[in-house]
Amino acid sequence: MSPRQRERLVVIGNGMAGARLVEEVLQRDAHRFAITMFGAEPYGNYNRILLSHVLNGSHRREEIFLNPLPWYAAHGITLHVGVKALYIDRARRVVVGKPLHRSAVPYALDGCDHAAAPIEAPYDRVVIATGSRPFVPPMDGMGKPGTFLFRTLDDCEHIAAYAKHCRKATVIGGGLLGLEAARGLLALGVEVTVLEALPQLMAAQLDAEAAAMLKATIERLGIRVLLQAVTTRILGEERVTGVQLQDGMILETDMLVVSAGIRPIVEIARDSGLAVERGIVCDDQMRTSDPDIFAVGECAQHRGVVYGLVDPIWDQVKTVADVLTGVKPDAVYRGSKLATTLKVLGVELVSLGTTTPVQAGDEVVVYREPSRGVYKKMLVRDNKLVGAILLGETETAGVLTQMFMLETPVPARRADLLFGTASGAPVLSVFDLPEHAQICNCNGVPKGRIKEAIQVGKCRSVAQVGAHTKAGTGCGSCKSLIAQLLEVYAGEVTEDPSEHYYVPGVPLTKPQLIAAIKEKKLKSVSAVFRELAGGKEDADSKAGLASLLKSIWPQEYEDERDARFINDRVHANIQRDGTFSVVPRIYGGVTSPAELRRIADVAEKYQVRMVKITGGQRIDLLGVKKEDLPAIWRDLGMPSGHAYTKAFRTCKSCVGTDFCRYGLGDSIALAQKIERRFQGIEAPHKLKLATAGCPRNCSEAYVKDLGAVAIEGGQWEIYLGGAAGSTVRKGDLLCTVKTHEEVLTYMGRFIQYYRENAKYMERSYSFVARLGIERLRAVLVEDREGICARLDAEIEAAVAAYRDPWATEAAHPISASQFAGPVQIDSTRAEEGM
Amino acid sequence: MRQCLPSEFERNGLWDNGAPERHEVDLGPLDFIPPGEGRAYRVAGRTIAVFRQRDGCLFATDNCCPHRGGPLADGIVGGGVVICPLHAWKFDLHTGRCIGEDVALRTYPVRLVNGCIVVEL
Ligand code: SRM
Ligand SMILES: Cc1cc2nc3c(=O)[nH]c(=O)nc-3n(C[C@H](O)[C@H](O)[C@H](O)COP(=O)(O)OP(=O)(O)OC[C@H]3O[C@@H](n4cnc5c(N)ncnc54)[C@H](O)[C@@H]3O)c2cc1C
Ligand code: SF4
Ligand code: FES
Repeated sequence: MSPRQRERLVVIGNGMAGARLVEEVLQRDAHRFAITMFGAEPYGNYNRILLSHVLNGSHRREEIFLNPLPWYAAHGITLHVGVKALYIDRARRVVVGKPLHRSAVPYALDGCDHAAAPIEAPYDRVVIATGSRPFVPPMDGMGKPGTFLFRTLDDCEHIAAYAKHCRKATVIGGGLLGLEAARGLLALGVEVTVLEALPQLMAAQLDAEAAAMLKATIERLGIRVLLQAVTTRILGEERVTGVQLQDGMILETDMLVVSAGIRPIVEIARDSGLAVERGIVCDDQMRTSDPDIFAVGECAQHRGVVYGLVDPIWDQVKTVADVLTGVKPDAVYRGSKLATTLKVLGVELVSLGTTTPVQAGDEVVVYREPSRGVYKKMLVRDNKLVGAILLGETETAGVLTQMFMLETPVPARRADLLFGTASGAPVLSVFDLPEHAQICNCNGVPKGRIKEAIQVGKCRSVAQVGAHTKAGTGCGSCKSLIAQLLEVYAGEVTEDPSEHYYVPGVPLTKPQLIAAIKEKKLKSVSAVFRELAGGKEDADSKAGLASLLKSIWPQEYEDERDARFINDRVHANIQRDGTFSVVPRIYGGVTSPAELRRIADVAEKYQVRMVKITGGQRIDLLGVKKEDLPAIWRDLGMPSGHAYTKAFRTCKSCVGTDFCRYGLGDSIALAQKIERRFQGIEAPHKLKLATAGCPRNCSEAYVKDLGAVAIEGGQWEIYLGGAAGSTVRKGDLLCTVKTHEEVLTYMGRFIQYYRENAKYMERSYSFVARLGIERLRAVLVEDREGICARLDAEIEAAVAAYRDPWATEAAHPISASQFAGPVQIDSTRAEEGM
Repeated sequence: MRQCLPSEFERNGLWDNGAPERHEVDLGPLDFIPPGEGRAYRVAGRTIAVFRQRDGCLFATDNCCPHRGGPLADGIVGGGVVICPLHAWKFDLHTGRCIGEDVALRTYPVRLVNGCIVVEL
């Protein structure tokens, strides 16, 4: 269908409901609608429920984006970013909007640039998803500098920036969001007071007893809480200096965050003549009083209820997507049950459904332990869970939530639900849950998707499942269920033969592959694809093959640069923003004033963004443009430190006998000899070495891939397979020798053996652990296989073949565009100055 | 989780989403891109990546990875797939679809005219 013939869907509001609706529609039918969206905020869609994590600094803003702007373009959606829809002209069937001023608050009543031309979007169907705005209780002085609301990413960043210069902050509102804001401010290092107008905190979710205990817990964190505190006036001339309460009390404060509830944004519906009460009135298909216009999310009112959490939204948008696309034209939404988790570090709190008995016969189960701030309560009706509070201990929250949502009968021993079974067996086996049962209510992730992430996506931890599916990344209360699913399904995964292939695209194990390469004399990556993979190139296999070929044919290897990772094409490490880092080699960590001066000159000349001492005893020049690399290398006149590739990296050293009063062996001279000999030698993974002048081990030689430690009697111990990165492992002692030359021999022998026998990307700590030190000693020291002489000769050949890539390629680039940045093309319509 | 650098948005012209007319731009000689690699071009306010596969196929996509803005032209290419150099998200070059994530790259028709790369924007 051409775009012209498609039905036109206009979505007003690009928040959690609006964007999710569009995703659901596309999932059902990617081609049915030409979609236009109006989004008042200047972003794509982000996860609003994680804003408190951005406020407290635990998440970066880019980590909470769900649909970044390119997503819209990629799905052919026209998104009017920073544009507010003003009304729906139902006679002409167009939605009319205007851009907001750059500095306007997206949820303000106005803020449009009225001089700008209106933006019109013709429609066949409209979905309103305008969400809500913070409610500001009547008080004088709101709006002066230092007063904030807490709804958007911008709000969050403004609060965090302002808090940097404040000592005291006050939060108005002791509900879920107010407490999250307070905790976030505390993390920013300000003194925080929470003012709540009612006699208790979180009145919507807690009974009085739980609320009192929560107050004590919050106060223990260092947040002051004042109840029945009604603010009447905000004090201060140019900026906030304090607030005045109804009883006349004055509280000094440098900033004020108002989080006293929300109100649905309904003016667009009202101005378009739709029925509006508290929210936009909708039927069971989320249709407004105009059957072509729907509403979802916090702006909608369904069966008299306006929701303020995301879980109901997922159900609403599914219904609307079913109806709109015709997949289930008679789908209905019947309302949602509410589960709330307080995401405040240091407080565990989950609340479900009703918290006080309403009907005769409601069974109440309560456990209280005030000294630890633990309170657990359950309401059971007709053997089903209708409400619960878990405060202080929430291990069983996942199970309780499932029972509550799915209305499964509760176990006879109610205590199991609050504490887990005495035997440790799960109260509710996730195994028995249906595939569609929603595990993560924050992100709407069903069991089936998590199972798939584990079985197909090979996720092996709760965090990996989160990265894959978003499950568990909201309030976090479902993490225990995800862990259970991992236990159940990770074991079940059938083994995939390709796990034993050296690279995924060539169906051979490493020994088979080496044999085939040698037999057919394959010298290049493309020759391997041609001869051993039926001519099918595989991007994932290229770098691994290149590494292997280079070690099989040190001299005759045909180096195809496209098979290398970018770092190995330009001999520098790529950074998060696409620039590169430059780490020159500093043998054994010993430098000189002249060398330092040269580094300093280069750093200034090329305006290097940061100069940093690395953990490997050398100097890193960070944030360098690709185009500048060759000139920088030339000016430095130092060899590459290979801080970017799978190869010998460094050999660190302590000061040793030259200066240290404990030194037993010349660790510096040894480190320098090692580094001169093995610099840049490629391997299955990186090799980081160290030498220490005595067992005090100041250079951490016990925990390097290879380490040499001087001991009494003029001897050196050689350690293999140590690690102190993501894995920590002390190396295994291979042997003890007398001279530097012997150290070099054994190290070289091991390096060659590792090059030949390790899997691609297998660090020495796994390799040594896999083979066992006894076996390595038998091969490398006792020469049981009779290969030592060959290993020594091969590593010697590799050393002889080594060329410093910086010196060679700065003078003779491999291709004219090896170091080219983006090329500027002047097209006839090119924009100015780009 | 996925976000391009703001400067990249502006460069890619994603702020205004009016559908522009298609037009062709000559990016210069094919030789500029070594076989099997990609290079980036700034053209008409956006940055695109052009890939020259070893089998001769040419592809053009936006250069900015939808995950965190990685420069895709610096990725490894092969079998109709590019791997982002930052966190290894993979994209099908024919469709722009990300393999394993529900996002996609914008792709552009591209062909060779007298030894020069011509892309349709
Ligand atoms: C620059 C440096 C940090 C610093 O500022 O000090 C660094 C920076 C990086 N390290 Fe490291 N590591 C640095 C010392 C270390 C050390 C300490 C050391 O070398 O003594 C370790 C622990 C020892 C080890 O290697 O295990 C270390 C363990 C890692 C690991 C974990 C490896 C493992 O299997 O445990 C990775 C990830 C990997 O290799 O897959 C890693 C990866 C990285 C990468 C290359 C990530 C990447 O692929 O982009 C970082 C590059 C950042 C950048 O933007 O340039 N880096 N990294 C250090 C450079 C040392 C040097 O002079 O070469
Ligand atoms: C700090 C914080 C923490 C939260 N924590 C949780 C939690 O832990 N669990 C939970 O379930 N919920 C939580 N919530 C609530 C949850 O974020 C909301 O329920 C959800 O975002 C509502 O989605 P929505 O799409 O209806 O509204 P929104 O996400 O607000 O989206 C509406 C969008 O429409 C835009 N808009 C409004 N009017 C117009 C117009 N006329 N034209 C164009 N655009 C317009 C708005 O600017 C906004 O971007 C939290 C909320 C906040 C603020
Ligand atoms: S520890 Fe290493 S890999 Fe991790 S952020 Fe620091 S430099 Fe990067
Ligand atoms: S930026 Fe992370 S994979 Fe591309």
